Amino acid sequence: MKLFHLKRGRSVTARRVLAVSALTTAAVMALAGCAAGGTPASSGGSSKGFSIAFVPKQLNNPYTDVELGGGKKAAAALSGVDYSVVGPNTASASSQVSYINTLTQKKINVIAIAANDPNAVCSALNQAKAGGAKIITFDSDTAKNCRSLFINQVVSKDVGLIEVKQVAEQINYEGDIAILSATANATNQNAWIEFMKAELKSNPKYAKINLVATVYGNDDDTTSFQVAQGLLSTYPNLKGIISPTTVGIAATARYLSTSSYKGKVALVGLGLPNQMREYVKDGTVKAFALWDPAKIGTAAVYAAKALVAGTITGKEGDSFDAGDLGTLKVGADNTVIVGPPTEFDANNIDQYNF
Amino acid sequence: MSDARQRTTVDRPVKARGATRRLFLGRNANTVYALLLIVVIASIFVPYFAGVATVSFLLIDAVPILLMAMPMALIIITGEIDLSVASTAGLSAAMMGVLFHDAHWNIWWVFVACIIVGLLCGAFNGILITAIGLPSLAVTIGTLALFRGLALVVIGDNAVADFPVDLTAFATSTIGGTGIPTFMIFVAIVVIVFAVLLHFTPFGRALFALGFSKEAARFVGIRVNRSKFWLYVASGGISAFAGIFWVLRYSSAQSDSVTGLELSVVAAVLLGGVSIFGGSGGIVGVVAGVLIIRTVNYSLQLAGLPDTVLTIVTGSLLVLSVIAPSVSARLKLSGERRRSRALLTETSAA
Repeated sequence: MKLFHLKRGRSVTARRVLAVSALTTAAVMALAGCAAGGTPASSGGSSKGFSIAFVPKQLNNPYTDVELGGGKKAAAALSGVDYSVVGPNTASASSQVSYINTLTQKKINVIAIAANDPNAVCSALNQAKAGGAKIITFDSDTAKNCRSLFINQVVSKDVGLIEVKQVAEQINYEGDIAILSATANATNQNAWIEFMKAELKSNPKYAKINLVATVYGNDDDTTSFQVAQGLLSTYPNLKGIISPTTVGIAATARYLSTSSYKGKVALVGLGLPNQMREYVKDGTVKAFALWDPAKIGTAAVYAAKALVAGTITGKEGDSFDAGDLGTLKVGADNTVIVGPPTEFDANNIDQYNF
Repeated sequence: MSDARQRTTVDRPVKARGATRRLFLGRNANTVYALLLIVVIASIFVPYFAGVATVSFLLIDAVPILLMAMPMALIIITGEIDLSVASTAGLSAAMMGVLFHDAHWNIWWVFVACIIVGLLCGAFNGILITAIGLPSLAVTIGTLALFRGLALVVIGDNAVADFPVDLTAFATSTIGGTGIPTFMIFVAIVVIVFAVLLHFTPFGRALFALGFSKEAARFVGIRVNRSKFWLYVASGGISAFAGIFWVLRYSSAQSDSVTGLELSVVAAVLLGGVSIFGGSGGIVGVVAGVLIIRTVNYSLQLAGLPDTVLTIVTGSLLVLSVIAPSVSARLKLSGERRRSRALLTETSAA
């Protein structure tokens, strides 16, 4: 090693400095070049137009992609809307904060975010607000004082009611049913299950239906499959299963479709049409439900338009035009509910692609 | 021609490469030039980059990386590594949440407890590596998972967010209108302490010796194990401090706080000219390395590029920084060989 130090003359070092500089220049120029090309830069010149940036929980998530697709379509339908999406690869709040900061610096008019942490993104959002931006949350809310509006899919109660209704119709309002949920402490699922239980108990139509078990597949495909198998061997008289999770319902459907219970045990729940299509076509599943995620993106863009125009401020009782979705109303906690869950069956499933 | 070269080599002994020359032409300096170049290019090509807001947004994200990079640089110089830094910070963040919110401790005592937790984490790494003699890579990959697991045990699925507002505001505040985060003052102190320690004390010189050859270092009387142990303790303590900053900056303590930052820290240190094989490197270069990574990342984010691209860029920079020194060393080696061969043929001809 010593040898090099001794012999390294001025010219060698200078050449190295040059080489390193040249290399870095080339690399950064290339990066900056494609960067500069990729941005539509500013918020657009037209006075009526505005810029909206979506910050999803993470990119490349099929569910999120459908949501954003709705936003993109709505932005294209309105003229002069500069639509963009930035966000992290993994669902991390700190990375979302970096992106919010860049949006603040670019003076984007509206930031629509699905927060990975209700508090961690707050100070960055407040900074954006101080710079003149309007803040909308969708799917996953922040603390209330950090945003103008929260756009939510559905009311928890509606999910509970539709599940019970679907299973009851398929088993003729009589017999044993079970619930196959996600994890034991999943907030969403537990809220829905509470409403299901209350509805089964209070509504006389469902008096002959008996909920025998609630089991958990931990939102893992293999575990859900095994739990479904165990459920049917423990309760051979089971008439129906409710699985209010996209992972659970798909795994249960796969088990049923290959077992002797196919077509005999009713399966309902929340599923993605693309995952459930083959089971609906082969008769394992008659009907299931989910909200249409695209509506959330659409609603966000129209809400942004109304906020920028100043026709609403986001307070309870405000209402705004949302294109195909009609007129949407701002409810309690400055929340906009996009609509009741959609029911999917053999007749309409081919109209949906998500 | 070869006569002239020979003369210069003889006339100018090692010492002639003085401090000033080293300052402007050394490997540290190269990193600084690269940083300046990147800043200039970003200002030209990335819209909105040139401005006070950039300084503040860019530097505040550099704070935890800069902090952790200091002990990391020293550890890598000795030929070891510490991959558990982000998990240590995460565990201290989790402790901070629980002690403040559930145990209702005074916030200042919470800080003290968090730092102690970090020091203990570092000591644990240090004992496994020095007393038992396990390889640091294996140990700290293990504790990367272990400390993160403990963080989950401590705080579970909860998130604590009700920290004193004046402290969280302080963590995001800037010095006057400069856009420089106030927390940079603490960072500067840490950087200066580590720079003095590495470059101006016998302890620091011993670390370089250690990185070159452990046996030789032991032979000349350097306490190899003791030096390494204290470096890991320091790494734990500084990581815990970075964890505290993280919690205050995001007003949120969770089990997954600071996840994955070790990659940025190691990448920045290597990019800053510290050799992955140990034995060489400097604090100035490391600081520039951290700022390069942050500047590249932030300008790409500002240009609206997705995280996927950022991960690829960070990864490539890391690979590049490991490859570059080996390639240049090999080139130099072949150059030396060619020259000495030429010299040999000349002498034999004469």
